[in-house]
Amino acid sequence: MEFNFNIEGGNFSRAGTASSEIKKILKQLNVDSNLIKRIVVALYEAEVNVVAHAWEGNIYVHIRPDAIEVTVADKGPGIPDINLAMQEGYSTASPEVREMGFGAGMGLPNMQKNCDKLQIESEINIGTKVTMLTYLKPQ
Amino acid sequence: MLLKEIICLLEASLVYGEQYLNKEIKKAFAADLMSDVLRLNTEDMILITGMANLQVLRTAEMSDVSYILFVRNKKVTPEMLALAEENGIAVMQCKQSMFKVCGELYKAGLEPVF
Repeated sequence: MEFNFNIEGGNFSRAGTASSEIKKILKQLNVDSNLIKRIVVALYEAEVNVVAHAWEGNIYVHIRPDAIEVTVADKGPGIPDINLAMQEGYSTASPEVREMGFGAGMGLPNMQKNCDKLQIESEINIGTKVTMLTYLKPQ
Repeated sequence: MLLKEIICLLEASLVYGEQYLNKEIKKAFAADLMSDVLRLNTEDMILITGMANLQVLRTAEMSDVSYILFVRNKKVTPEMLALAEENGIAVMQCKQSMFKVCGELYKAGLEPVF
């Protein structure tokens, strides 16, 4: 089963709507509630990142028999140094993002904490693609 | 503590969630930084915050927070209320500062998340 959602860059009033829709779908599919929380927290962090940094983005959710794969791809400025961005506390967020309660440099580390495999690909001034895999059963 | 006891102790007003008044709350976490809220075990927990915007409700929805207390006289907007109703999240507001609220709730027996 596959689902696609669009994300609008810069629109904070809509940030989280895609994650909310995906949470409802996972609930309907009777996915374990602890797993749902991990998946949607990671996804919401990714969605807020797209709204905060990129021009537009897309979420692709693939529900596999063994795992849930979430890919968040954006058109945006890209991440110059992924290792640096993975460090807790490192942030390039604008004051506007910080006023919303984000931008403390916790997003990427929290995404890693809440999925089993995290892959980040990024090209400067083109965009970033984040893939998060969460297994339905412990591996 | 029951939700209704918290409301009574802090002279808070319940904006949404009359059906949750008899729910028991064991822990509390106070933050204005939603990134920190997204890292918690939120079971039986009330979130105390002075940040009043839609993303607080979205954060609560994603991290399974069922109770939010807005302090420092921050107001729940109609858009925030709609999200609270949609997701079954009890929301309260009170005039006291975050420090005062935390002190009162700690004294009354609520435990920290960590």
